[in-house]
Amino acid sequence: MLSKILEVAELNIQVAGKPLIDRLSFTIYTNTLLCITGDNGVGKTTLINHLLKAAKSKQEHQSHINFNTSFEAIQVIPQFRNIDDDYPLSIQNFVTLNLIKQWRPWLTSLEKEKLSKILSLVNLTAIKNRPLGEASGGEKQRAYLAQALIAHPKLLILDESTSNLDRESRINLLHLVKTIINQENIAVIFITHDPELVKLFGDVELHISNRHGVMTKLR
Amino acid sequence: MFTYSFMQYAFIASFFISIICAIMGVFVVARKTAFYTHTLSEISFSGASFAIFAGISPITGMLLFTITSSIFVSLTGRNMNQRESSVSVFSAIFIGLGVLFLSLSNKQSSYATNILFGSIVGISRANVTELLILIATILCITGIMFRKLKYISFDTIGAQYNAKNTAWISSLFLILVACTVSVTAQIVGSLLIFSLLTIPASSAKYLAHSVHSMMLLSFVFALFGTWMGLYLSYITNWPVSFFITFIEGIIYGLALAYAKIPNSSNNR
Repeated sequence: MLSKILEVAELNIQVAGKPLIDRLSFTIYTNTLLCITGDNGVGKTTLINHLLKAAKSKQEHQSHINFNTSFEAIQVIPQFRNIDDDYPLSIQNFVTLNLIKQWRPWLTSLEKEKLSKILSLVNLTAIKNRPLGEASGGEKQRAYLAQALIAHPKLLILDESTSNLDRESRINLLHLVKTIINQENIAVIFITHDPELVKLFGDVELHISNRHGVMTKLR
Repeated sequence: MFTYSFMQYAFIASFFISIICAIMGVFVVARKTAFYTHTLSEISFSGASFAIFAGISPITGMLLFTITSSIFVSLTGRNMNQRESSVSVFSAIFIGLGVLFLSLSNKQSSYATNILFGSIVGISRANVTELLILIATILCITGIMFRKLKYISFDTIGAQYNAKNTAWISSLFLILVACTVSVTAQIVGSLLIFSLLTIPASSAKYLAHSVHSMMLLSFVFALFGTWMGLYLSYITNWPVSFFITFIEGIIYGLALAYAKIPNSSNNR
């Protein structure tokens, strides 16, 4: 059963007075992987930031951007994160950073249960105590994914999460994302430059060029 | 040694100072704001000399200066590089002001230099009470914002996207650090506070992999350093600050060596 998560209608985005995106319209439903493609600089990340700002402030809702979910149910996995080699927290402690609905300084037993379920879902249980700084690129991306999932998102936004991975890890990560989409009934926006991944995993493609977005149904 | 009441107070005070420094220090180090903390210790010196000039109590002057500068820094420095340069600008201005007020006041200037180097053995019962109030306040506030502060400190970029009110929590944290430095500086000296806030937490970072265990380990390192320093200073009559900073430095060196050696022997 598909339901609408986000509807964008006739959206214009300007950056420093210059129009970047003109009259963009698209809708995203649950159980869908939407790929956003386009050359560098066409405004893919700007679009995401714009959507997030709208979700945070709720001002633009009535007119152009209509979220069917709260800001708390949107999780972003940013393109860059400052995790260096001597980053101290273990993988499981990194994942629980996103549990901010409660205020207690320690984890409740319910949260611990959720943690172990998600760690096994992303296949990190065996190395949950390893410092994140020592994890490989693919393991890091799975840890980021787990951290986003622990907040129970309805919409997950991946900003070029695969750009630093080899082909095998990219495909594994997207397989995992696909499984999660169907298991948790969520929608995913995936910004990517990789045509192979779009072809293999995408349900819908939004290609942005010359300030316009074109939607293509892939399956 | 414990027959002297000033020694008893020194040991009690350093126990409590170790608690604050452990809790705040772990966040200070994770947020990479050690440089700012160092600057705060200079700003608190400037605040103290202003207080002498203006004829108000030193703690008021220090809180005034450190909190004001925290607010300015959090307003100006959004990203890390910008913050770094705005911190050095504020540091320079405030040290300049400190020198100005010292020369204008021309009385009791030794007091202001005392703020820099402090004297942990000159602690009174009133100081210990002050410390207790500070700890209670800081523990309450950090306790309430613990999870968000943890997220913002250990995953700054992720939190910017996925959490609300991150700017508020960051500013509040800077103000808490400012209060910590001001209240503890007049007891143990601002230079010592800077090292106790940063070195134990930096050492713990190499050995512990959760926020709670980092705090616990920082506390143990800070407490060991201060108590051992007090004892050695009592026997040798050398300054306590020297021993404490030296011991903390050695702990850091050992922690770093421990973290690097096993890594090079079993390269994955």
